[in-house]
Amino acid sequence: MTRLKKWGPPTLVFLAVLAAWEIWVRASGIQGFLLPPPSEVVTTLRQEWSVVWAAGFFTLREALGGLIGGTVLGVLAAFTASRWIVIREGVMPFYVAMGAAPIVALAPITNQWFGITNPASKMTVVAVMVFFPVMINMTRGLGDVGNDKLELMRSMAASEGGTLRKVRLPNALPYLFSALKVAVVLSLIGAIVAEYFGGSRDALGVYISQQAGLTRMAEAWSGIVVATALGAALQLLIVLAERLLIPWHPSLRG
Amino acid sequence: MTTTMVGLNGVGKTFKGRNADTTALIAIDLAIEEGEFVSLLGPSGCGKSTLLRIIGDLTPPTSGEVTVNGKAPEQARRDRDYGMVFQQATLLDWRRVLKNIALPLEVMNLPSAERDRRAREMLELVELGEFGDHYPWQLSGGMQQRVAIARALALQPALLLMDEPFGALDEMTRERMQMELMRIWQQTHTTVVFVTHSIPEAVFLSTRVVVMSPRPGTVAGIVDIDLPQPREFETREHPRFFVKLNEVRETLRGAGVD
Repeated sequence: MTRLKKWGPPTLVFLAVLAAWEIWVRASGIQGFLLPPPSEVVTTLRQEWSVVWAAGFFTLREALGGLIGGTVLGVLAAFTASRWIVIREGVMPFYVAMGAAPIVALAPITNQWFGITNPASKMTVVAVMVFFPVMINMTRGLGDVGNDKLELMRSMAASEGGTLRKVRLPNALPYLFSALKVAVVLSLIGAIVAEYFGGSRDALGVYISQQAGLTRMAEAWSGIVVATALGAALQLLIVLAERLLIPWHPSLRG
Repeated sequence: MTTTMVGLNGVGKTFKGRNADTTALIAIDLAIEEGEFVSLLGPSGCGKSTLLRIIGDLTPPTSGEVTVNGKAPEQARRDRDYGMVFQQATLLDWRRVLKNIALPLEVMNLPSAERDRRAREMLELVELGEFGDHYPWQLSGGMQQRVAIARALALQPALLLMDEPFGALDEMTRERMQMELMRIWQQTHTTVVFVTHSIPEAVFLSTRVVVMSPRPGTVAGIVDIDLPQPREFETREHPRFFVKLNEVRETLRGAGVD
């Protein structure tokens, strides 16, 4: 019953939107090359499945590579920033400003650096995109520890390292997870948009832009459907990891 | 033959401010013997918490000399001679109750079997046996504070420093916690320094009440509480209890507190 209550309304809304789209496209006589009806996208997706799926998998690898690289670097940078005040005060404003830059615009440059078909060119863009939210949130999480907790550790004569492991790090985990939820989305955007500037023929972004260029809209849309599914799957993974690792957090308490 | 657990000699504290300095404590002289239960009682802002924090080496004094367990406070802190309980339980949200109690034992790098054994022992001491696997937020405020007491006692410290530990609890829970604390004190023989602004609480718990004047804080008087031990529910109905309440009240009034 509660499951039905939770999942029922969004499912209904989703189906209603699809139905409205289908009916509207058919009734208004919009040309298929402008906006295909969902039924046609589904048919195309089934026909083109092996190609689109392979392309999605290729791009997923680029996105994940960049996501992991950017997250590791962001976490390391956060550790140094929270350990040395000079770094935090000197570099953080710069980081925050950089975080506002449209980093995907670097794609043509990394394409030149690593070669257009080399996945490293996309991974680099993704890593830079992911780095900033992870770094900024993680630094905040390591620092936003209540004074009361720090005094408690001091009263126990805990070392700096002990306080980091037992208080700062667990305290930062929820901050890291909210950064990762943003980063997952950024990683797919980064990889696909970077591929629009050129990339391997096996890549999803290249597939979408080529099919759209040929006005094969149902094919282009089926690429977008796969991209969306990948994004949702990654989000789900993060949410599951969050439930496993920080079940104590107020947003997850049962 | 008693030994001095806490020695304060001419201790003063001045906080530097942007516009003016604030003198919180002036010339505090006090000796707390081993096994005593001493309350620091006074109105808000009299510096009683600051004094406790000086004893615990969380704040340095501006003047005077402090010894804790015969050492400088910093050394006593490093040797983990005291356990501290704050007004808020300050439990770590991500640790279950037993793990919270084991925190100081982990900090001290005890082997895990030993940690477990001692944390369980402390859990039993505060009578929360079934709650070891709960998260702090699943406990009531009083239970959380009992966990904090268990954590402070886990290292079997010579001294227990308590900074208004029951201040955030409702009156009923508060009286129950006072009984609990008396039972624990009887069992552990730990020296306790207890900060409070509740007169009945100070009288009920203490062997001596140090009455402090409003800012700048000085020792206005010390009242010996010679009520029978162990303190029990009936202690609060004892005629001497009321005599002592009044004695403390008078001392406070003499210090300029209405």
